[in-house]
Amino acid sequence: MYSHGSESLIKQAREIQEPELQKFYNRLVKLLQGKEFSHETVDSLQRLHLILSATKYTRTLPSELQKRLSSLLSSPSEQLQVLSSAVLRETLPLSGQERNYNQDNISQLNSHAAALLLSQAGSRADLSSLCAQLLRSLESRPSEGPSHSLTHMLPILNTILTHSPECLTEDHMTLLSKKLVDWLRYASITQGGGASSGGFFTGPRSRQPVPIAELDGTVSGDFFTVLCVGQGFTEDQWMNVFSFSMLRHWLLTYHSVSNGNTAADTDDRSEVDGSVVSMVSATSSTSRLLPPKERLREKAFQYCQRLIEQSDRKAHKRTDTELQRACLVEAVCILDCLCIEDTSLVFRAFPCIKALFGRLSSDLSFARVLLPLAQFYLNHGEIAAVDCECVWNLVFGRFPADLFNDPFLAHELLRFLRVNLESLQLRVPQYTRSFPNLLKLLAWDSPAVVDDFVDLLPSLVTAGTAVELLHTLLDLPCLSATLILQLRSASLPICEPGGRSLLSLDAFRNPSYRGLFLFLLRGEAGSGDTIDRLSTLHELLAEAADWPRVIQCTQTVPVLLHIFFNKVITVADEKLLAHLILVQLERSSLLLNIPNYIKEIHRVFSCHLLRLCKLHPSLVVDQSHELLEFAGTTANVYSKEEIYTHVVWVLGEYLSVSCDSRCSVRLITSCFEAMEAVLFEITSSAPPPGTSSPAPRVITTLMSALAKLASRSHDLIPRVSMFLSKLRKVSRGGSVVWCSDEEDLVAIVTRGEELWSLLKAPGVAQSVLTPPPHVTTPQWHRDTNVAMPLRLRALTSLTHSQ
Amino acid sequence: MVRCFLIHTVCPLSAVAPGESRVLYSRVFGPDEGVQSAQQRELSPEERRLLQKEKVAVVARQVHSAVSLSREASGRLLVETVPGEEALALQEADSGVMRLRAGDPFSEEMSVLWLGVQSLGFALVCESHENLLLAEGTLRNLTRHCLEHLHMLGQGSEVLLKSNRIDVLLSRLLPCGQLLFLNHRFAQSLEKEVAAYMAK
Repeated sequence: MYSHGSESLIKQAREIQEPELQKFYNRLVKLLQGKEFSHETVDSLQRLHLILSATKYTRTLPSELQKRLSSLLSSPSEQLQVLSSAVLRETLPLSGQERNYNQDNISQLNSHAAALLLSQAGSRADLSSLCAQLLRSLESRPSEGPSHSLTHMLPILNTILTHSPECLTEDHMTLLSKKLVDWLRYASITQGGGASSGGFFTGPRSRQPVPIAELDGTVSGDFFTVLCVGQGFTEDQWMNVFSFSMLRHWLLTYHSVSNGNTAADTDDRSEVDGSVVSMVSATSSTSRLLPPKERLREKAFQYCQRLIEQSDRKAHKRTDTELQRACLVEAVCILDCLCIEDTSLVFRAFPCIKALFGRLSSDLSFARVLLPLAQFYLNHGEIAAVDCECVWNLVFGRFPADLFNDPFLAHELLRFLRVNLESLQLRVPQYTRSFPNLLKLLAWDSPAVVDDFVDLLPSLVTAGTAVELLHTLLDLPCLSATLILQLRSASLPICEPGGRSLLSLDAFRNPSYRGLFLFLLRGEAGSGDTIDRLSTLHELLAEAADWPRVIQCTQTVPVLLHIFFNKVITVADEKLLAHLILVQLERSSLLLNIPNYIKEIHRVFSCHLLRLCKLHPSLVVDQSHELLEFAGTTANVYSKEEIYTHVVWVLGEYLSVSCDSRCSVRLITSCFEAMEAVLFEITSSAPPPGTSSPAPRVITTLMSALAKLASRSHDLIPRVSMFLSKLRKVSRGGSVVWCSDEEDLVAIVTRGEELWSLLKAPGVAQSVLTPPPHVTTPQWHRDTNVAMPLRLRALTSLTHSQ
Repeated sequence: MVRCFLIHTVCPLSAVAPGESRVLYSRVFGPDEGVQSAQQRELSPEERRLLQKEKVAVVARQVHSAVSLSREASGRLLVETVPGEEALALQEADSGVMRLRAGDPFSEEMSVLWLGVQSLGFALVCESHENLLLAEGTLRNLTRHCLEHLHMLGQGSEVLLKSNRIDVLLSRLLPCGQLLFLNHRFAQSLEKEVAAYMAK
């Protein structure tokens, strides 16, 4: 598809030299001077466009050429209109001749020139004057003129609304509201384009207007909408389509913004006599007497109700069936918008909405229509006192569980959650328990939705579910693999004839492992933090370690863990934090065996272990038993070096009476002994086969930790010195089996010597190795009782004359 | 409304750095974003154009990355199609949607719908509250027309040399970036106009 030819064309266009370019410009000017425009002109204009658009740096055209191109904008040939506007869009307006937005009348330009004018608008003032021109011509327009000449105005207007909604004055809004009402509700109900009822003997005089039809072929019995068809269309039917296409944006821009002042009044009214008001407006036969804005609201309401009814018909064409769905989404969104603005409409709308929900809720292929319905229920369910449980069961239950592999549904569902987060947390208690289901969306397509989860995850972290959430996050790659297996299991035959089937697929289908997979695929939290046979599960899924989808998933878990920990420290008490530390220690060896994954998770754990202990130092004494067990296992040095280093560090730092009064001499001694044993072992034998020697950092951290503990319990100091002298002796012999680099060995020994000298003065050692807080976080200038401020004050009072 | 429509490469190119994408066609609808923000109003027109081109390039790179990751994850083999098999190419295309945060690169949050047809990507940048069902249908329709009228399944470079055809297509099916609710009759009427133009 993309060929070398295209690549070289782009290169040529970018690298064209100035003299050649000037020659080209001159040739083009000559071509444009002629009266007739040939293929050569068109080709040259196209080439010019390529030259200009291929580079991001702007080229200026000679003014003669630019003038000629501007005059081409109003050429009768559409090709020249298109080409000239495309070229002019890629260059700058002539200096000194910036378009005077007050002079040109956009409504008299063809659609291409008008779009160009719009794109070159440089300020709000430009947009305002364009807007005024459009609406003036709309007001005074007779109904003849080339077709589409009106239609291209609505998109331009809609664009102006997007960028600068204050451009429209009250009068403009009234005018446009009236026009929209006419086009939406009162468009012709007969077919345009000279359609006749046919027959042998029809002549121009006997041509009868044919009524419009519905999508299933039946004759239409009500007003014209986008879901009506005919052989040809009249101008106002086109305007019906364009009006509906911009209706929601119009309502969102003007009906919510400008109601800011009167919002308080309408709320009061609806609260006080809500039911009475609703009865009255349910029979709104007096719509002709309503002001334009309210009238538009009423007509929009009717239009949407008609669309919902029309969408139930069986369309003949597939594209029309798809349009019906899009119309359902739009209609429900518009109804939602209208009901937000005028709560009395809720009682009129709900029967229709409820019926639609009932019709569609059992068919998952309508999931994307059911989301706007859920939004309606969320916004208005309370006012209408409607039970929304079935809605939430769908949204948090069936959608993520059954449709996790629909990228569009995932995107819309997550957007729905993000936009309504506060409301959901208040009104839908099952939200925070639904993370096992929601995370399926992430497990399936991590790159596409991780950004949404970065925003949503904090809201899913609660004290009650934190531990289960942590386990679920750590097993996200397993979930990813399981979802793949689930889909494959459904599509592949039970036994492939003569083929090699996946081991993991067999395991998935094996009844004795069913429970493991069912736990991963659960929909709600609360049935248990994790499973006992996690290691079995990991073995069964071992071959998934190189599946691309699983690998993509593993790359997002560290980020989410960081977010999890950042949030959990704000909601957890010490008991929960202690539990989380244990989970980290336990899971550090219980992860799906993907090398980079394990390393990254260890890194995240180390970081947060440190943070938790810094925040709550008493946790170390609290969990000393488990931490000691971890630190006393030599194998951990080799398999979990990062975490081991940090565990040893926190033990050394925080296992002291000043951090927690429960810390006893016995505890310090047993910790010392455990770590001493490990240190002896790793500095006397070679690392086990398959592992590398421990990094110097582990050894020096162990030594420092031992020194810190010894400084608190002086009886231990001789044991430290014994170890250090042995170390010195060993290293004098040159290389050792446990350290491959000579420089590292020197650094280790030097560190040992420093610690030893420090321990020779036990009283000082403690405050050097574990300085008290007022030393590590000095407050010199902030603490009014410290010498410096006093001195400064004294000096100031001395130097300032009385 | 749609802010931007672009066609760009999603295959690795020897001429550019890995991960970079060549933009073959781009159309930004409406005035520059900078019209509203005071900060951007201080930029000269050249700087504004440069900024706009850079934003489009960012979108192209993101879509390139999304397409590559999606193809890698699904493990599906790319089916080579030849001119005449446009409908098949469209059916086999990868599709997806992603979110662009506010400020990155557009000033508001956007949703980007994309279609990956072999070595090219077709992307529609929409405002986040837009009707994505309608946008998806429109994108598929636009892509089908581009593939057919510009013979994109072949080795030609018409997408570069006949970009005016895409402009006309957009002016009918997506005027000024407005998504339209077109039933098959309205669509037929517009497509007839487009076909008449293409025949010239």
